[in-house]
Amino acid sequence: MKLFEYAGKELFSRHGIPVPRGKVVSNAWDAVMVSSGLNQVVLKAQVLSGKRGKAGGIKFASSPREVELFAGQLLGLELNGNKVEKILVEEKLEIQQEIYLAITVDGSLRRPVILASSQGGMDIEEVPEERIIKWPVNLSTGIFPSVGREIGRLLGLQGKAITQFADIVTKLFRVFAESDAELVEINPLFLCDKGFVAGDAKVTVDDDAYFRQKEYPRVTEGSPLEERARSIGLSYVELGGDIAIMANGAGITMATLDTIQFYGGSPANFLDAGGGANVEQTSKALEILLAANPKVIFINIFGGITRCDDVANAFVQVKKMQEITVPVVLRMSGTNEELGLKILAKNGITAYRNMQEAAIKAVELSRGGECNGNLCCS
Amino acid sequence: MAIYVAHNAQVVVQGITGNQGSFHTRQMLSFGTNIVAGVSPGKGGQQVEGIPVYDTVAAACEQHQIDATAIYIPAPFALDAVVEAVDAGIKVIGCITEHIPLHDEIRLVDYARRQGAVVVGPNTFGIVTSRGCKIGVAPNHVFKDGPVGVISRSGTLTYEIVGSLLAQGIGTSTVVGLGGDRVTGLNFLDVLREFNQDDQTKAIIMIGEIGGTSEEEAAEYIRENPVKPVIAYLAGKSAPPGKRMGHAGAIIERGRGTFANKVKALEAANVQVAELLFEVPDLVKKCLIS
Repeated sequence: MKLFEYAGKELFSRHGIPVPRGKVVSNAWDAVMVSSGLNQVVLKAQVLSGKRGKAGGIKFASSPREVELFAGQLLGLELNGNKVEKILVEEKLEIQQEIYLAITVDGSLRRPVILASSQGGMDIEEVPEERIIKWPVNLSTGIFPSVGREIGRLLGLQGKAITQFADIVTKLFRVFAESDAELVEINPLFLCDKGFVAGDAKVTVDDDAYFRQKEYPRVTEGSPLEERARSIGLSYVELGGDIAIMANGAGITMATLDTIQFYGGSPANFLDAGGGANVEQTSKALEILLAANPKVIFINIFGGITRCDDVANAFVQVKKMQEITVPVVLRMSGTNEELGLKILAKNGITAYRNMQEAAIKAVELSRGGECNGNLCCS
Repeated sequence: MAIYVAHNAQVVVQGITGNQGSFHTRQMLSFGTNIVAGVSPGKGGQQVEGIPVYDTVAAACEQHQIDATAIYIPAPFALDAVVEAVDAGIKVIGCITEHIPLHDEIRLVDYARRQGAVVVGPNTFGIVTSRGCKIGVAPNHVFKDGPVGVISRSGTLTYEIVGSLLAQGIGTSTVVGLGGDRVTGLNFLDVLREFNQDDQTKAIIMIGEIGGTSEEEAAEYIRENPVKPVIAYLAGKSAPPGKRMGHAGAIIERGRGTFANKVKALEAANVQVAELLFEVPDLVKKCLIS
């Protein structure tokens, strides 16, 4: 779960990392109030997507009139598909240098790494690899100021800035550890006359740690349909094509999408229905698939712990309960396959055993192919 | 032979009285797994399927020689459970639990590795030595003793592929589920090295997916060292960057872990990459004949 910049900065501030003076507001009048007493201000749209600056989500203002004007423009704006509901109004700082500083987890090293670069302010993906310092965290000692000083030296910092930087690094690591973060990022980290100030804050808290990190407000990141799926425990990603896909397990779902694409089809979504196969879950999953208005639904079940007869029973029941308005291609194989196919046959549904044939059929149907008796239709 | 767990390895089940634990204990027993003890704090003295239950792992280890553990403990307590198993001296830890906080995973994997224990997982279907030892949640019917070693990041893909091998009469030596999370105890390279030393294993299947660099690291090793024939299948070709496809590890982030990059690295190491998963059995057959 990502935090908004202002929430990330509040978190930084609580841990003693300096942030610019300012406040988050949700109307232009409050923006003007906050800006009084500050010289020049910067107005920053609070959205989670990256490349906010390039999309026009950051504006500088030097008079109350400008603050009101720009705040009015930003609020309600759509930025990369996200509506701006809040803006952060902050003092504009005199800066000497911009640094990039982040802590994330490196899966291949199996530990956190500190990433730092003297080329702050840019998108870090555009910074050449050799200009990024990557420092694996020693898990038995954590981060001592000495580590921060050495990284500071490698960045080319001098004098007092080295110890000030080390202080930021140790504090940022504390934020990372205490908030169960997957990522904490300050880009840019400003070096000013009086020391370092966090110009931005990106914090991603591990969803799996939510049970012990409840103070963070849940932020919705996905599309309405993705959020709806998440609320009922389904892993769902919208992809924009016309063949809705449901399978059981992340790997097989991905492989199903790949197969559909291989045969020239276009997947509408990723939906991992997980291991369960009860009527309620199947029904909810189908509702979500149908909500995206696909041309075909492709259900691919490999029965492991999930039993094909359970899936078949659930599907037959759901079909009786709700109207399924598009053709459904059902593939079923594995545990209790024969039993499952028999249950479907009794209800006039013939399913595929072979994933390849089923995928080809789904693609054919998405192109307006004939829906014959050899599959389950609406 | 087999890797990590022998066919007759003595296994303890942590969380044996829970829903998942008791269900999968029955499944593992019917597979033939030699489960000698269970652990469930506060339930010491009880029995599950005739297996004695202890309050702590150490108590179980006092009474039995234990080679491996199968952990079905809820995520908030999984770190504690792994540390307990390591402290009791168990060397192979099947951590089946999913949704363990990332920071806990880093700690449990680090602790186990420093103590010389192997963590399979977390968030894995487990590990199966087809001749008779299943630790985890894989369906029993797809495994038959044979010459193929399997290393995988995905449960359902493994069942599909191992099942299709079996349909062609090809069995497996050991099938290892690395786990779907960003940090896991084992990566492709660790397991590849083990299979390379294993007499029974004649060919190796890598089942990978987008995200991370584990496939690339294995490819680099294969390119520079003599390794048994390797066939790979990778899921996620059609996945857009920045979207997490179910597994926490399956996300293309900061340009790392793309499908194209993995295929390139593997092909440069002379690993055959199956484009579709149904092609895997034929590629394996060819390896076994030659």
